[in-house]
Amino acid sequence: MPEIKITPLGAGQEVGRSCLLLTMGGKNIMLDCGMHMGYNDDRRFPDFSYISDGPISAFIDCVIISHFHLDHCGALPYMSEMVGYNGPIYMTHPTKAIAPILLEDMRKVSVEKKGEMNFFTSQMIKDCMKKVIAVTLHQSVMVDNDIEIKAYYAGHVLGAAMFWIRVGSQSVVYTGDYNMTPDRHLGAAWIDKCRPDLLISESTYATTIRDSKRCREKDFLKKVHECVDKGGKVLIPVFALGRAQELCILLETYWERMNLKAPIYFALGLTEKANNYYKMFITWTNQKIRKTFVQRNMFDFKHIKAFDRQYIDNPGPMVVFATPGMLHAGLSLQIFKKWAPNENNMIIMPGFCVQGTVGHKILNGAKTVEFENRQIVEVKMSVEYMSFSAHADAKGIMQLIQHCEPRNVMLVHGEAAKIDFLKEKIQQEFNLQCFSPANGETSVITTPVKIPVDVSLPLLKAEAKKFSGLTPDPKRRRTLHGVLLMKENSMCLMDVDEACKEAGINRHVVRFTSTLNINDPGPSLTTAHKIHGYIREKLPLCSVIFSEGEISIESVLVKVEGDDDDQKSVYVSWTNQDEELGSQILNLINHMGKV
Amino acid sequence: MKLYCLSNDPNKPCHILTFREVTMMLDCGLSMQSLLNFLPLSFVPSNKLMNMANWMPCDTSDPDLEGELKENGDRVFVDSPPEFCPPLDKLIDFSQVDVILISNYLCMMALPFITEGTGFKGRVYATEPTLQIGRLLLEELVIYIEQCPKCNFASQWKNFVHKCPYPLNEAFKPKSWKQIYNMNNVNASLSRIQMVGYNEKIDLYGALQVIPASSGYCLGSANWIISTEHEKIVYLSGSSTLTTHPRPMDHHALKNADILIMSDLTQTPISNPDSMLGVLCVVVGLTLRGGGNVLIPCYPTGVVYDLFECLSGKMQESGVANCPMFFISPVADMSLAYSNILAEWLSSVKQNKVYAPEEPFPHALLVKNNKLKHFKHIYSEGFSTDFQEPCVVFCGHPSLRFGDVVQFIELWGNNPRNCIVFTEPDYDYIEALAPYQPLQIKVAHCAIDTSLNFTQANKLIRDLKPKTLVVPECYTQPPVANPNLTELVIGNHPDSTLIPYKWGEVINLPLKRKQGQVLIETNVAQKIVPVEVKPGISLSTVTGSLNVKDNIHKIQELSDIKSKPVKYEWGTLNITEFLQKLSQEGITDAKVESLGGNVVVIHLQAEDALIQLEDNSTHVVCNADEKLRTKLRNIVMQCLKEF
Ligand SMILES: [Zn+2]
Repeated sequence: MPEIKITPLGAGQEVGRSCLLLTMGGKNIMLDCGMHMGYNDDRRFPDFSYISDGPISAFIDCVIISHFHLDHCGALPYMSEMVGYNGPIYMTHPTKAIAPILLEDMRKVSVEKKGEMNFFTSQMIKDCMKKVIAVTLHQSVMVDNDIEIKAYYAGHVLGAAMFWIRVGSQSVVYTGDYNMTPDRHLGAAWIDKCRPDLLISESTYATTIRDSKRCREKDFLKKVHECVDKGGKVLIPVFALGRAQELCILLETYWERMNLKAPIYFALGLTEKANNYYKMFITWTNQKIRKTFVQRNMFDFKHIKAFDRQYIDNPGPMVVFATPGMLHAGLSLQIFKKWAPNENNMIIMPGFCVQGTVGHKILNGAKTVEFENRQIVEVKMSVEYMSFSAHADAKGIMQLIQHCEPRNVMLVHGEAAKIDFLKEKIQQEFNLQCFSPANGETSVITTPVKIPVDVSLPLLKAEAKKFSGLTPDPKRRRTLHGVLLMKENSMCLMDVDEACKEAGINRHVVRFTSTLNINDPGPSLTTAHKIHGYIREKLPLCSVIFSEGEISIESVLVKVEGDDDDQKSVYVSWTNQDEELGSQILNLINHMGKV
Repeated sequence: MKLYCLSNDPNKPCHILTFREVTMMLDCGLSMQSLLNFLPLSFVPSNKLMNMANWMPCDTSDPDLEGELKENGDRVFVDSPPEFCPPLDKLIDFSQVDVILISNYLCMMALPFITEGTGFKGRVYATEPTLQIGRLLLEELVIYIEQCPKCNFASQWKNFVHKCPYPLNEAFKPKSWKQIYNMNNVNASLSRIQMVGYNEKIDLYGALQVIPASSGYCLGSANWIISTEHEKIVYLSGSSTLTTHPRPMDHHALKNADILIMSDLTQTPISNPDSMLGVLCVVVGLTLRGGGNVLIPCYPTGVVYDLFECLSGKMQESGVANCPMFFISPVADMSLAYSNILAEWLSSVKQNKVYAPEEPFPHALLVKNNKLKHFKHIYSEGFSTDFQEPCVVFCGHPSLRFGDVVQFIELWGNNPRNCIVFTEPDYDYIEALAPYQPLQIKVAHCAIDTSLNFTQANKLIRDLKPKTLVVPECYTQPPVANPNLTELVIGNHPDSTLIPYKWGEVINLPLKRKQGQVLIETNVAQKIVPVEVKPGISLSTVTGSLNVKDNIHKIQELSDIKSKPVKYEWGTLNITEFLQKLSQEGITDAKVESLGGNVVVIHLQAEDALIQLEDNSTHVVCNADEKLRTKLRNIVMQCLKEF
């Protein structure tokens, strides 16, 4: 049986650093190439030595990147330029536009601020991006003669895509991160009934059934409003692109409506640039924004202004969006250190934080945070977690399974305990095999063979004609019988006579006719009727036709001859192909005659 | 497989293709040549147009015809809201159309005529730019006509066409002409379109697969590949091999088709777009420097984007950079905005700009710097304050029968310093100007048509090597205007059979399906035992239950019947060998009787049986003794080969 093999180099029973190795039909495909934000050492990049000790071009046929988040593409320049990979890399146009900016941003923080060594350079990011082939949604792309890929809308961030991958008759869908409910700037993930052999789904929120989006938004606005009312400062750590834009739209309209005066800052430097990407890739946003973009661009904000570091110590209330989102470095961490000791202030974590980050610590209730230089920061500010990350929740994951009807499911990018919970649910509800390999562990999925073979139309038509001629019976199966003609480069199924003709041989028909005598006074037609009735009773599944004194049972013929006296000759005739049925009928009639 | 030709204009094509019981419409272009026979619509009363003399055919005095026809110079015009010649509806009932495939936004202007009020229930496929920009063109057309309502609808003139002077007497099927659709029809019609991407495989009822491939002609333009496992049909519509702003043409996808249907070649076969663009730039420079204005009648999208880019550069060089460009169309703002968000459909040069991120077209910057100003109409707020002469005005409609261009001709037509430049190839500029004559304004003809010319088309055919080539009949003859330019035809290609077609015809295309496809599943495949009957040729019987879903045929294992696989015998039975085997089995009284030909009967007297042998058949006749029959059967089988 053919197999599909999956080995996670990252994201196996964990969140962060997505990187999966997919092998099918003799092809090796890397799905995402992310880095782990919680580590500063070797563990931040996937272990490519699993594939090879040297360059990996010879072992990998293509790399597919699902979206621009660094936990999905952060290790790409490392892999392509430092480990060595020259093959094609596929991603959507927005991802190709935005990923290099985030990579450069991260490189700066890591190398220039934290002084990390063994990191890729700006030039490497550029060289890496030259290997990228941008794809559009639903476009069928042939990577080579055997690998076909197709992107579907994932709704997680701008340009996020799920990928369908086919090699031969085997296929896999890899979701990356996705979101099944539309939000303020993106639509919902969508896939058709592509029935892959395997669906590899993220499971970040595997155990959460999130309450309604509106409630969460109201809650968020209420908390921000209360905090600034009492003069507090609100810090919202975000990634430059994605959730940030959605929350900005939310605050902008609320400020407008409530006529609030407290300043909102967006501390990125690339605010305008980031919003420009949203403007130019507006076709990737949701219906509402697309419809109104000519009149009013949702990404031109009136109330949100650029942040300056000096504002950190400004008195009075303010709301600040700052990167990075997990509070592991950069400006958001710097602001946090200043504002954390004041109980009037608030930090809202709008997304998931990986283990090891400050974000993860304070979300778990840490009252003090210690830094590398032994600096200890007391956390008196209120800490709020609001799940705005656009990941599918348990309900969403189940929906996706329903939509694409996979034969097997694999859960990645989730915590082990949560995955186990969902796994059970999927097995129960869909009766599907569900896999969840750990990093470095290989899951093997066997797939059915489906050999595509040409078929002669007369053969199909004859079957269809025969089938439609029968009385409809839902239990009746259609059967197709033919001869497969195999030549060097082709296979074709056809009718036996056509096959013999094509092959240039003579079919030899062997026929048997057995005669038996029975005593049954009266006209021979009456005897024939008796036999007819008897056979119908004994062989209810066969099609029995009585016409002009002859009985045909499938292709076995029965004929009765003789005068009106006792003795009748019954001829039973069949070809060798009907040997079983022919001899059975002969026996039946023989038996009948003796009764 | 049949092809129906519903449009008289190869540049506004509309075909029906039927194949595997699917009825497909290929494009629904709307021929607008009829417009030139109508008087222009002006939204401010025009002395000239209102005071045009009535015209009556000689020896006719039908009072109903009175006032319907007007005369200017040697031309006669119909004074009525303009009418259009929709695709022929006599050959096919549009409610039977399963699918409409649209190639580009210029080939969908008849869509509301096809889909609304006809009982149409099918699906419509087009790329995202085709839908978005096509919407702009349809809306513009409706707004132009609706903003100048006319109270009288002329209809009597259609009975007197034969008595009218040229070109009205040659009008094509005027009795089938229709008034334009309304905005509700436009919206309803467009809401049926399903957006598709280039190289997206679309399944049609499991019977066919269709794929749009980039055609390089305009934003989102596509050629369509219609295929089954064994057949490939390519429908080639507006295509371009030149490098302009759209994504380049995808040649590869079009290769080795069984049938290539080719339409929508260039309308300017003897001029080349690059030199025309050069002439245009010179004319604009000269006119502006001479203090004159330039009027460029145009569609609100397409080549006009390249003109903005090219002209703004040239005006800088010619020292007339201070002269503004005005882009006036009810959809000008939408057109400028949409063109800059369709990066994925652009040439790689333009596409790379969005990675910066910069707008792919410079017109966003031109608007920002006030070099290009856009308005919905000339009576829109702000236009009169911003308007300054000399200037360049881009506005519609290229037929000069409606839209703001009518007002600009009124305004500038009598000044020989001004110049009107025709860049769109759809209309004959002499006919377009006819109702306005006499005019003092200079006229320049620089029609820019980037679609394939005959040299490019013939080269493409040589590369693509279709088995059968199907083209409009007019492409097999030199253009009517240039009968001696015999190279301006689609010639004979040795590898391809050429089939011409014309309006109203239904032609049979030579494609007989002989094969389909089935998928054989694991358990059935494992039972296949190939028997080599000749070197390189093996046979095996296959039996399974047939599962047909969405036209996909699968052969699965027969679950409950445990019958032996059926085998077939082949070859000829050797009589000597057969008799030998009989005697080995103790049957020694065989009597051989030849019946002539190759028919031989072997009588087994003691056993009361006979065996009739022919080259390709053996018939064993015996009594009900199964033991004997089985014995004979085994012997026959030993003498034959089977698979
Ligand atoms: Zn993500």
